[in-house]
Amino acid sequence: MGCSQGNQANVVNIWHWMTDRQEVFVELAEQYKEQTGIEVNFELYAPSDEYSKKIVAAAQARVLPDIYGILGEKKKRAAFINSGFVADLTESFNASEGAWEKSLFEKALNVNRFKEDNIYNVKPGIYGVPIDVTNIQMLYNKDLLTKAGIKGYPKTFAQFIKNISTLNRIGIEGLVSGWGETWMVDCFASNYAFNIMGEEKIMATYRGEVPYTDEDWIKVFNIFKVLRKNNALAKGIVAKGNKYAEQDFALGRAAFAFNGSWCVNVYNDMNQDLNYGVMLPPVINEERPMSIWGGAGSSFVVNGISENKQQAIDFLKWLTAKDQQAFLSKKTKNLPANRYALSAIPEILSQFASAMDETTHPSIWKYNENPLVSETFDKGIQSIIIGEKTPEEVAQAVQEVKVREIEKVKKRSMRQ
Amino acid sequence: MKNRVFDKFSFLEFKGVAENYLFILPAVVIFSIFYIYPFFEILNLSMHEWNGISLARDFIGLGNFKEIMQDKVWWSSIGHAGYITLIALTFQNMLAFALALSCDRDIRMRKFYRIVFYLPPVLSEVVVGLIWQWILNSGMQSGKPIGLLNYFLTKVHLNHLVHNWLSDPDTALTCIAVVHSWKGFGWGFIILLAGLQTIDRQLYEAAHVDGAGVFSTFKNITVPMMVPVFVMVMILTILGSMQVFVLVLSMVGQGLVYHTEVPVTRILASMTGMSRFGYACAQGIVFGLILMIGSFMLNKISKKAKQE
Repeated sequence: MGCSQGNQANVVNIWHWMTDRQEVFVELAEQYKEQTGIEVNFELYAPSDEYSKKIVAAAQARVLPDIYGILGEKKKRAAFINSGFVADLTESFNASEGAWEKSLFEKALNVNRFKEDNIYNVKPGIYGVPIDVTNIQMLYNKDLLTKAGIKGYPKTFAQFIKNISTLNRIGIEGLVSGWGETWMVDCFASNYAFNIMGEEKIMATYRGEVPYTDEDWIKVFNIFKVLRKNNALAKGIVAKGNKYAEQDFALGRAAFAFNGSWCVNVYNDMNQDLNYGVMLPPVINEERPMSIWGGAGSSFVVNGISENKQQAIDFLKWLTAKDQQAFLSKKTKNLPANRYALSAIPEILSQFASAMDETTHPSIWKYNENPLVSETFDKGIQSIIIGEKTPEEVAQAVQEVKVREIEKVKKRSMRQ
Repeated sequence: MKNRVFDKFSFLEFKGVAENYLFILPAVVIFSIFYIYPFFEILNLSMHEWNGISLARDFIGLGNFKEIMQDKVWWSSIGHAGYITLIALTFQNMLAFALALSCDRDIRMRKFYRIVFYLPPVLSEVVVGLIWQWILNSGMQSGKPIGLLNYFLTKVHLNHLVHNWLSDPDTALTCIAVVHSWKGFGWGFIILLAGLQTIDRQLYEAAHVDGAGVFSTFKNITVPMMVPVFVMVMILTILGSMQVFVLVLSMVGQGLVYHTEVPVTRILASMTGMSRFGYACAQGIVFGLILMIGSFMLNKISKKAKQE
């Protein structure tokens, strides 16, 4: 497996985790073989958690395939690159006056780009190819809102809370999301942190210059207290996986959902009659725009030590060309990474696509929070939702962990 | 001449010894590769800070172990596993023993019961977790509960008992412990039933002739004869329950704050969530030591009880 397979001439091996795309990938691989004579093997390993473990184990054993995807934070991606497991694709992107680069959404490409002054000591360049783009927004069930006599969707947080109480009065639950998966809580909180204090202050917090006990962070934590107090969250939300949350929204058990653009395909499978729209999370601070997480949905990287490097790059170039992207988008209902393929997508996906300018993502931030601090942050929010802690207590707990982690890093660097 | 005999003997002896070693060589190689090497590698990694990918590992000595001593979440996860184990040791094993006693008698359809009681352990933990997640679901649709338990409670007019079973810190861990016991009682039942069937029936007949009652027979024959089986079941219960995690992941995902964290979910979080392989290895060693000490103590107590 892995490199041993990758060494076969005219065979490109790919490992991925996208269960919903395997069939389409295989179809595209057949087309590619017909056109070029090169065989492409897509090997599916799911769920994504297991796939991530497999990739790490394969890296440790030096048996990664020709093409694979790295899931998780930028630090992890950087570790793969610094260990030589990811090829620098900058030259390929720049070829033909940057035609390949220009064809893809910049925000999607940025996830795979390391800039000159990155903190991970990665040589500046582009190290991955986005095969689709995604963003995470809120969705509203048009029929349930109409049933409650609500016209349109809420644009501000105050309107949202008002709508929730109207919905609750007729026995409809408010917001559902997979907040049993902590990254989704993190994402929701991050959206509001951008809206309340802006990127610079968030980065300053990550650098340790602004404490989590700052009033703006208390405001972020307080959102969850307000949601709890106003019965705005679906029951059991803190232990709910996103699959269950998707089911709840698709079956009309909640009026709002917080979910990513991949949901279009999921909802379509669960309930084809679901009548819903896409909206940005309602703002708290009307003077600052709402930023949402988005960018590259799934990206592939080329194995830096693969002997089929060029063949792998050629295949990825072909996969992200307009026709293949339109085909992939049509079949899987995901947003294409190629900007010229947008014209062929359904209306609901267009609504998601229209917010691409508002997207941001931890992968493109200059600094990322320490994972232990992030865990305390996310778990703290869960404890606010279940009424166990106040926003102030959570802020204090997160700050304590932050200080401890900073001390640890200082001690380590002194030792070195 | 003497030397030649000695040489011949020595050669034959060497050949015999070499043959013996040759026979055990495959087992030694397999054991070394899959047990001894990983053990020392884990020990080595536990003294490093390593993200699991890069070639460089920073040696930090006992730093990870020191950090574990101050890691409140880790120790609370040990406490949670202890709670699940306690429920399993009592509720699960008592149920298993009661059912084993029933099936040891000449009752109708006892073979059928044996199969039925052994079904839960055969099921996948993920499947069991997902089924119970549905049973304990606290969601509503059109004002009616979706979860089977809450639906049943409303049907029998016990609406005040309808609850967020898996998202309330007061009930989530107990729900996991009960489901774990439900899934685990079957194998305890089989082992205990096998133990009961090894007791010589003549002992019961003699006791009956001597006029011993049911309780007296149970107390003076069944229980003493079953002590070694009880100990074995208890040790296996402790080892199995302390290491529970698939059920936790399938019932509450990444956990309800820290209330449903168990040692293995913490080790996983360190390894995959935080990319701290060294710390995860140190956690694994500490956890292994705790289990070894627990099993050793239980063994000692049981030996003492047997002597008395």
